[in-house]
Amino acid sequence: MTDATANLAAAKAEPAGPQEAGFGDYVQLLKPRVMSLVVFTAFAGLMVAPGSQPWFIYFCAVLFIAIGGGASGALNMWYDADIDRLMKRTSTRPIPSGRVTEGEAFGLGLALSFMSVAMLGLATNWVAAGILAFTIFFYVVIYTMWLKRATPQNIVIGGAAGAFPPMIGWAAVTGGVSIESVLMFGLIFMWTPPHFWALALFMKSDYHKANVPMLTVTHGRAATRRHIWVYTLLLAPLAMVLGFTSIGGPVYVAAALVLNAIFLKGAWDIYKRDETMAEADAYAVEKKFFRFSLYYLFLLFMALMADVALRQAGFAIGSW
Amino acid sequence: MAIRAESEMHQRRFGRNIGVALCLVGFCAILFGLTVAKVRQGASMEAFDHAPRVSITPPVEESE
Repeated sequence: MTDATANLAAAKAEPAGPQEAGFGDYVQLLKPRVMSLVVFTAFAGLMVAPGSQPWFIYFCAVLFIAIGGGASGALNMWYDADIDRLMKRTSTRPIPSGRVTEGEAFGLGLALSFMSVAMLGLATNWVAAGILAFTIFFYVVIYTMWLKRATPQNIVIGGAAGAFPPMIGWAAVTGGVSIESVLMFGLIFMWTPPHFWALALFMKSDYHKANVPMLTVTHGRAATRRHIWVYTLLLAPLAMVLGFTSIGGPVYVAAALVLNAIFLKGAWDIYKRDETMAEADAYAVEKKFFRFSLYYLFLLFMALMADVALRQAGFAIGSW
Repeated sequence: MAIRAESEMHQRRFGRNIGVALCLVGFCAILFGLTVAKVRQGASMEAFDHAPRVSITPPVEESE
């Protein structure tokens, strides 16, 4: 028997199992579900920005923004491997399960970070690339390494990293930052806390095991419900203001009015409930609010794009 | 005897290699596409080739 066949026999006898990573494990490091939100909002930022670029440049901009977002996800998994091992929800991720080493995740994250920033700069401009670099830095260093484990407002701060993509998309076309892109940032920034805290109310995660100060654990569920209500109250006018900027229009304003009314009603219902009521109907209101929050953001950005498409087709109404 | 890789480990490695290969091919395609898109945009590249060109020199007024 040669060494090679001996190795093969050994491999057969002892299944490699979780020790051998497949390509999908590296894809999983990039947090594809988070990437889908990044892709959509970055695309919306590109579409509503004044000016035009060849379609291939748009495609590349979205791709490199998504890769940058994925890279920060890999760096997040690298740094958080210790707490991911402790929590049930995250224990099957590639690093805690042993399929990918921490060093591999770090290398992949760092390489993709540099590649995405450099390629976005070359494909579009260096303002967009600079904001992407800052986003990665913010998510990995400010959020993951520092504030996630230090404050129960971690979701609010982490939300900022997720709010940058439309701003990067806008900068990729215009080469700068403006009130419209700042408001798009603000929209996602203010939307993230109620969205995530609603999830935290019904997905009882074991953050306490990992010493991560989640609001539901540190301040209790009643305080979390109050926070959802307050952040939704702040979000609603911000969403409306965007409708009266150069990218807003009748479709957006009408959509924002309806969606804000439903979102505010949902947040109020959550605020008025207590745990006994929530457990009685298996967190039906919280689950409904969380699901609606996804539609809320999706439909608002779709409405923005619809208004731009209408204007381009010559259907401008009044001063819009 | 021919060595045959049949274990799940080898399948995973094969899948990984195919994935990396596709990523590299995709990256090359993107670089090519970007080059084409940038060259077609073209305007900003004019006048930076250090060669005199009639099309970009200011018109000369004829004097009597």
